[in-house]
Amino acid sequence: MAGFSVMDTLFQRTLDDLIKGLRLQLMGESAFLSKALDEIRREAKSTDPDTKSAALLKLTYLSSLHFYDMSFAAFHVVELLSSTRFSHKKIAYHAASHSFDDSTPVLVLITNQLRKDLTSTNEFEVSLALECLSRIATVDLARDLTPEIFTLLASSKVFVRKKAIGVVLRVFDRYPDSVRVCFKRLVENLETSDSQVVSVAVGVFCELALRDPTSYLPLAPEFYKILVDSKNNWVLIKVLKIFAKLAPLEPRLAKRVVEPVCEHIRRTGAKSLLFECIRTVVSSLSDYEHAVKLAVVKIREMLVDDDPNLKYLGLQALSVVAPKHLWAVLENKEVVIKSLSDVDPNIKLESLRLVMAMVSESNVAEISRVLVNYALKSDPEFCNLILGSILSTCCRNVYEIIIDFDWYVSLLGEMSRIPHCQKGEEIEKQLIDIGMRVKDVRPELVRVSRDLLIDPALLGNPFLHRILSAAAWLSGEYVEFSVNPFELMEALLQPRTSLLPPLLKAIYIQSAFKVLIFCLNSYLLLRGDAASSSYSDKLVPDVPGLFSERDSVGCSDLASCDAPVEAELDEGFNPRDLNQSFGGLSVEYGGEETSTCGQASASASLKDSFTHESITNLLNRVELAVVPLTRSYDVEIVERARNVHCFIELIKPQMPDCLVQKEESSDTEEAEASKIIKLMHDAFSNDLGPISVSAQERVSVPDGLVLVENLEDLETICGDVQLPSLNSFSHGSSHFEEMAGVSIPIFQSKEEPGPSNECTSLLAEHRKQHGLYYLPSEKKDGDYPPANDPQLQANSNDDEDLAKLTEQLLVSKKKPNHAKPRPVVVKLDGDQVPIAAGPHSQEDLLSGTVRDVLLGSETKPTTRSSTKRKGKEKLNVDSTTESKENLGDVEKQDQGNSSTRKSKPHTHSKGRRHRSPGKKGDEGEENCQKAKPKSSGRHKARQRADAPLNVVSQTPVIPDFLL
Amino acid sequence: MIRAVMVINTQGKPRLAKFYEFQPVEKQQELIRSVYGVLSSRAENVSNFLDAESIFGPDTRLVYKHFATLYFVFVFDSSENELAMLDLIQVFVETLDKCFKNVCELDVVLNYSKLHTVLDEIIFGGQVLETSSTEVLKAVEEISKLETASNAISLVPKSVSSWRSRWYTV
Repeated sequence: MAGFSVMDTLFQRTLDDLIKGLRLQLMGESAFLSKALDEIRREAKSTDPDTKSAALLKLTYLSSLHFYDMSFAAFHVVELLSSTRFSHKKIAYHAASHSFDDSTPVLVLITNQLRKDLTSTNEFEVSLALECLSRIATVDLARDLTPEIFTLLASSKVFVRKKAIGVVLRVFDRYPDSVRVCFKRLVENLETSDSQVVSVAVGVFCELALRDPTSYLPLAPEFYKILVDSKNNWVLIKVLKIFAKLAPLEPRLAKRVVEPVCEHIRRTGAKSLLFECIRTVVSSLSDYEHAVKLAVVKIREMLVDDDPNLKYLGLQALSVVAPKHLWAVLENKEVVIKSLSDVDPNIKLESLRLVMAMVSESNVAEISRVLVNYALKSDPEFCNLILGSILSTCCRNVYEIIIDFDWYVSLLGEMSRIPHCQKGEEIEKQLIDIGMRVKDVRPELVRVSRDLLIDPALLGNPFLHRILSAAAWLSGEYVEFSVNPFELMEALLQPRTSLLPPLLKAIYIQSAFKVLIFCLNSYLLLRGDAASSSYSDKLVPDVPGLFSERDSVGCSDLASCDAPVEAELDEGFNPRDLNQSFGGLSVEYGGEETSTCGQASASASLKDSFTHESITNLLNRVELAVVPLTRSYDVEIVERARNVHCFIELIKPQMPDCLVQKEESSDTEEAEASKIIKLMHDAFSNDLGPISVSAQERVSVPDGLVLVENLEDLETICGDVQLPSLNSFSHGSSHFEEMAGVSIPIFQSKEEPGPSNECTSLLAEHRKQHGLYYLPSEKKDGDYPPANDPQLQANSNDDEDLAKLTEQLLVSKKKPNHAKPRPVVVKLDGDQVPIAAGPHSQEDLLSGTVRDVLLGSETKPTTRSSTKRKGKEKLNVDSTTESKENLGDVEKQDQGNSSTRKSKPHTHSKGRRHRSPGKKGDEGEENCQKAKPKSSGRHKARQRADAPLNVVSQTPVIPDFLL
Repeated sequence: MIRAVMVINTQGKPRLAKFYEFQPVEKQQELIRSVYGVLSSRAENVSNFLDAESIFGPDTRLVYKHFATLYFVFVFDSSENELAMLDLIQVFVETLDKCFKNVCELDVVLNYSKLHTVLDEIIFGGQVLETSSTEVLKAVEEISKLETASNAISLVPKSVSSWRSRWYTV
């Protein structure tokens, strides 16, 4: 055994040997390493500390750079920690801080060793322990070692003290009660003359303030002093970051710091400080016009700098300033646009963001044009970023900035054709969404869809399949706007559709079905029109408000209706509106031809094309295409194809018959065929849309229905429902009704028992997924409200509208689009307000404690604050033992023994406490005079901080520390 | 605070990795790989920033500097200034340069412990501790002295006492 140990020690490989061996090995890295690891496992168990330390060093190296797990060695690390030799300790601490985490079981064993090292006379040993603690401190460690940290915070050795300050962050984080002990000393370190110490202390406060700024407002005078006096850029940057957080909370504070910050901007030569000042101004002091102007001047200097880093940060600063001061961006428009073609992807991305920030309804078309051109030239990744940002900007707040939907829809079509376009899903979503929301744009949608469908080349690009399916659905759903349904049918049935995935192919078939029905119906109506106008007379009252009917029937019906009646029939769907928005001028209804400009030629040619021959050809064509599909492997395809096939089978025997002898045919037969067609047509021509919320309320709970209280299995149901997801809307009305049928019971059962949190989140999730099927909850009637209701946004939009109006007046000649009224965009889905995340308890604990310390609180035993004061008095004495004793007491108090110190006399602190309330009155009056922090800032500030401490109890009012 | 410091060579081999918040080793490897993946696709003479949020989560930033065959990478959050972090990389590299007299990748490879000693004097628990390379160097030299001293003292007694004790146990 011993012999083995000797050999082991003598011939043990050091870390250097391992590294060199690794570079020279011929056996393969992993084999070499696993052999080395075996050695290490053996060596780590050795009783000789040298062997053990060498092994642990190697192990840490392998774990750190070759990612081997070293948790097995945790105990050996603890063993080595107790070595008296510095080099061993160093290795052990390094290993510990690398590999230990909160769940490491042996952590409980090292408390005493850490305590011993923290109190060591060797500052480097103390430093090792602190370094390790800053990485691994747990709640227990933080609690148990707080007294030692407290002592070290006043250490005379700067080397140790700055590390002690650094470790406080982790200790506070883990054990918030330590704030009561250490906070005073931490603040005192802020005020020492040693710049290294101040630097670390400010860093700690910066971290703390970032998490919870409010608690640190009382320290504003100290920070202000540093901001004005410090010459160290590192410190200034941190102080600026603190003020960036504090200023928005206290307007008077913002007023105070804005000048010093501007002064730094003017004076400093350091770019980092300059940028931090700029960032502070644009993010937190943006109400101060002159400061923002100064900052923007400096930003412009950064933008034209050769250094890409400065350019990038300058753009970033601009995008921060953009929401409040858009002029700053517009002033630098050229640079921003030029940056779109920068070599640096970061800069390109940032400038894209800025360009999007500039978008408004007056320039959206122009900017989109520029961007699409950039997209065509860019690499695929950036191209899609551009497209993505155009899409997301345009659809923001229900297409708020889009006035001319015809333009936007054709832009969507154009974007689909960009070679690198991978935004199929988003474009698909928007096409459908616009189709459902904006009735006036449907003719253009159908035209765009047709152009996409008819191009066989597009079918070869899988990224476009989603868009094509949307186009197919749109042209089926709104086929009445089609210029040439026959051509559409050809497009839908073209051979290359076999390239589509089955689900999308099914959408194509369904759309072909709709087109077919439409053609047959139009044909019958036309004939009926020619023979007698019986059908059309019947149809209009039958299906009031159906655009397709009226439109396909032609103008005769429209003409026969009185305008007011029509308006009553359907407000949102008044053909007159359509005419106006389309033609821009009122058109007479009385003429023979359909009057709508867009429709005039279409209807004319349609009438001509619906001949007996063309219809028969169409039927044959569809049958030919559909029959092979009934043997497909995909259920959806089979189902759709069968539907179509059966329908044709049903119609065909009657059709030719009745068509051929159309004059003398028996009325019954013809009626039979046309009845079927009419029924189908009615089914399809119902507008697809969401179900009103009140519709669900009207459904009473059936007698036998038992509502489940525990809705845990809801998740599985929802999982099932998600499957058809996006495509479900494409399957026609029948399918839609099925879906609604499924979702209603779920919805109800969720509503009834008073939804739990889980439940509402599931509901919200479902709502997000199937937003289509929901109506806004605030609206009770079945109508779709306008999406951008001016009344709702009256306040915010007032001046905006005014500006818009003037802009329109000014540029109306240049941009004729504006002359056209924005079509109605209906609201389909209520916007979900994200559920606010619960408060972070740990953070609350910390900030609560900090507030207690700074502002005081009556709930805390008075002794605590007096203890702290005592600590402060002792600062200069620096007697370790005494403060330790003192802290021991604090610990005891924390364990519930809160009265121990009450008996001890603390005349000084008590005196201060008593004095403070007396000062309360003066405090308020002196506010203005105290505006300037005095040179003896520390004590004054402390007193000022103390004063409200006693005044304020539960709800601390932010006092005027700086003012 | 600073979340992580990495030194990766141009082949993607990590030469130094320090995470100031505990990460399991597998996660560390994954993070370093993703960072290298993005780094290696960057051209020369572009800005020194990288989109860190896709790798490290929200509120993270990343700056890097490319020296010869090594990338020096600092990951941090909004409480640090980007340009200051670039300077801190400079401080780190400068200190290494003074330490090793014209530092190269091999020095970094062979001096694992020293590298960490240097870094620990610059960054402490994710906080910037010291920004003067002279000060850092002073501390590092002290520590190295102490280390060798503690080894030297032990060398004599160890070779005698421990050997003897073992012989007697045979």
